[in-house]
Amino acid sequence: MTSRSHPILSMVTSRIGLGLLSLLIVSLVIFSAVSFLPGSYASAILGQNATPEAVAAMEQKLGLNRPWFLRYVAWLGAAATGDMGMSFAGRPVMTVVGPRLKNTILLASITAVIAVPLAITLGVLCARFRGRFIDKFLSTTTLASISLPEFLVAYIVMMVLAVKLQLFPSMAGIRNGMDFADQLYRMVLPILTLLLVILAHMVRNTRAAILSVMASPYIEMARLKGEPEGRVVLRQALPNAIGPIASVVALNLAYLISGVVVIEVVFVYPGIGQAMIDAVRNRDVPVIQACALIFATAYIGFNLIADVISIVSNPRLLHPR
Amino acid sequence: MTGRETIPPVVEMTDLRIEAKSNDQWSKIVNGVSLVIRPGEVLGLVGESGAGKSTIGLAALGYLRPGARATGGTVRLLDQDLLAIPEEERRPFRGTRVAYVAQSAQAAFNPVHRVMDQIVMVAVERGGMTRAEAEGRAVDLFRALQLPEPETFGRRFPHQVSGGQLQRAMVAMAMICNPALIVFDEPTTALDVTTQVEVLISIRKVIENFGVAAIYITHDLAVVAQIAHRVAVLRYGQVVEEAPIDRIMDCPQHPYTKSLWAVHEMPVAHAADHGTKGAPLLSLTDVSARYRDFEVLNGIDLTVGQGETVALVGESGSGKSTLGRLIVGLKEPAGGQLLYDGKPLPHRVRRRSAETLKQIQIIYQSADTALNPRQTVRKIIGRPLTLYHRLRGARREARMQELLRLVELDETHAGRLPGQLSGGQKQRVAIARALAAEPRLIVCDEITSALDKVVQAEVLRMLLRLQARLGVSYLFITHDIEVVRAIADRVVVMQHGRIVEQGDKDRIFAPPHEPYTETLLASVPDMAVGWLDRIIAARAA
Repeated sequence: MTSRSHPILSMVTSRIGLGLLSLLIVSLVIFSAVSFLPGSYASAILGQNATPEAVAAMEQKLGLNRPWFLRYVAWLGAAATGDMGMSFAGRPVMTVVGPRLKNTILLASITAVIAVPLAITLGVLCARFRGRFIDKFLSTTTLASISLPEFLVAYIVMMVLAVKLQLFPSMAGIRNGMDFADQLYRMVLPILTLLLVILAHMVRNTRAAILSVMASPYIEMARLKGEPEGRVVLRQALPNAIGPIASVVALNLAYLISGVVVIEVVFVYPGIGQAMIDAVRNRDVPVIQACALIFATAYIGFNLIADVISIVSNPRLLHPR
Repeated sequence: MTGRETIPPVVEMTDLRIEAKSNDQWSKIVNGVSLVIRPGEVLGLVGESGAGKSTIGLAALGYLRPGARATGGTVRLLDQDLLAIPEEERRPFRGTRVAYVAQSAQAAFNPVHRVMDQIVMVAVERGGMTRAEAEGRAVDLFRALQLPEPETFGRRFPHQVSGGQLQRAMVAMAMICNPALIVFDEPTTALDVTTQVEVLISIRKVIENFGVAAIYITHDLAVVAQIAHRVAVLRYGQVVEEAPIDRIMDCPQHPYTKSLWAVHEMPVAHAADHGTKGAPLLSLTDVSARYRDFEVLNGIDLTVGQGETVALVGESGSGKSTLGRLIVGLKEPAGGQLLYDGKPLPHRVRRRSAETLKQIQIIYQSADTALNPRQTVRKIIGRPLTLYHRLRGARREARMQELLRLVELDETHAGRLPGQLSGGQKQRVAIARALAAEPRLIVCDEITSALDKVVQAEVLRMLLRLQARLGVSYLFITHDIEVVRAIADRVVVMQHGRIVEQGDKDRIFAPPHEPYTETLLASVPDMAVGWLDRIIAARAA
């Protein structure tokens, strides 16, 4: 009610502060993990036949002989501006990772735009028709799709739609030059697979969150006021379940960025997961660091947003006494 | 009232039978109840918990809780048998023709919607009013219910409104479509006595001004005497007695009704009952306590003599329980001095000697949470016997049985789990556990609040007998003035963390009073018809 220093503002600010702190700690872990790897950065770049003098000169040039925290600050400062340094292959990390990240974000966004509204709708339907056919059907199928490993889901989808029915290509190798419709066509199978994987989780949690609210006395009160059951669920229960729903959505969106490695590999989709696999194979540490940092940012960022949503959706906090 | 018989009833229940499923078995919870309520009439439904009061009240709305089913009878609301039509056809009656007021408004209002939105919803969607009309009517009702700032009251969220105000707002919500019948389900039970009076006055006014018929469910006879025209007494899902209020208050017929009434004449403890009071056992001087920056206790001076019962009264939030926790060492004081048996009492429970721990025991309000549900009564009572008195084997068993008999249970209860005992029995086990230590002082924190009146009186009588036998002192924390009258030697009145007044019971209960004590005492309903009328008349004057 008062504009000055609303308590929710300080809560949100402190939540953001905590998020940044976690990110800082994660970055420190990522940075220092590299220092524990055998061999030095310079010798890795110069190869195994480099003379000690050459290595020393390289270290001098790259500033590797400075104390670790100075190097950390410099690395972090550069990372904050989007400069992740040079990969061992001699190209700037961002030119390796950037386009891949764009592809992953494209895949994630399309999936999310379909999955989130669909999951919430299905979850609400399950809660509304609890114990009826739709609820039992979705409960069983979502349980099955959670229980199956994602690569298996991917192969089943591929076998049915690509191999048997031959509707969509099994390889989702999109390239820059392709027009968007063509890209979309090639992305159908990975999108479908991701949908199956994350829908289940979100539907079940939405249903559970609503049902736990449905046990509240104000739900019985709404029924005693003659409110139709559908509206009881939508208007009385759903607004009280936003917090838990937001957090499961956040978890799944973060998964779409950082957990899609397996699916990208199965469909040969040129996303960031693939980039990281390649980097691991080539021991390209700067690229691994960049990927790890991007994954961490996605996780922390989405969870932060979910936290803020659940704070703001609580009227006790939004409208203090 | 004789003319009323010819007017068609608002609601008429005939031979209503309802069963509920528990542990895969259907058990009868309403067993052949017939009731008639005519326009403008208030029927009081009285009985202990589990008697089927709420189930009958909800049946008047054609509503059965999940897991319940009607197996016979009719519920005619304005000539429509609600049980004969499907749920979808019953629903439109609710909120418009018949409305419900629940026990806890804080739980019954949806936290995410503003009070006004929740009140006008039914009227706008199904009552044929425009939003503006409905809001206008709501404001009128707020005014009639004496809510503060009626024009803007509805803009608040439920958590921004006090419990008593929200309870009145729920009455407004029930009245919004001008229903023919309102079911009040224990609407003042969750409130402090001083708040209860305000809500009772509002409910009375609204019922009279708008001529609405009502079912008023309560276990408090003093309350029903102020509101109802007629009373039906329920037991085991059956009406045992039904009569106009004057008659049933003055000369109850059925033995069960008599036993309910008799509870209100609780045994009064006199100082002479247990001999002369010994030296002070516990004394507190200028004690204060705080939770972070919030001061919960301030300048507490208190003495409990040997074999004495000191009652600590006050509203919720007055600091009573904190004081109890402080005495047993669970809360550290911020300042002041505690003396036990003439010696300083260490603040923390860990610093206290085994002997001190043994001598000061505490019993909590809810035996459900205070007893381990997975331990048998034998183990619950046996543990302190081993811990404090090193008793084992046959000697421990013998002492345990002795304690069970002391709290008026017997050996057959020893093997049971708390879940297999009634509320009163559980509290007796908790008392036996405290007695096992052979304490000299027992802090009783609202130990009878969760019990029915009948059971409550039994437990209080037992505590008095134990005191006479064992000479134990009680610090009795309660908000129930009747309990204080029954059991206390001395009374300490608390408000906002301070002691307002203390002294012998007779002195505290005799005028002149401190202003707050006056309010507290005046707010306790009398077991007599017309008490509320006198209060309303006194206020008008």
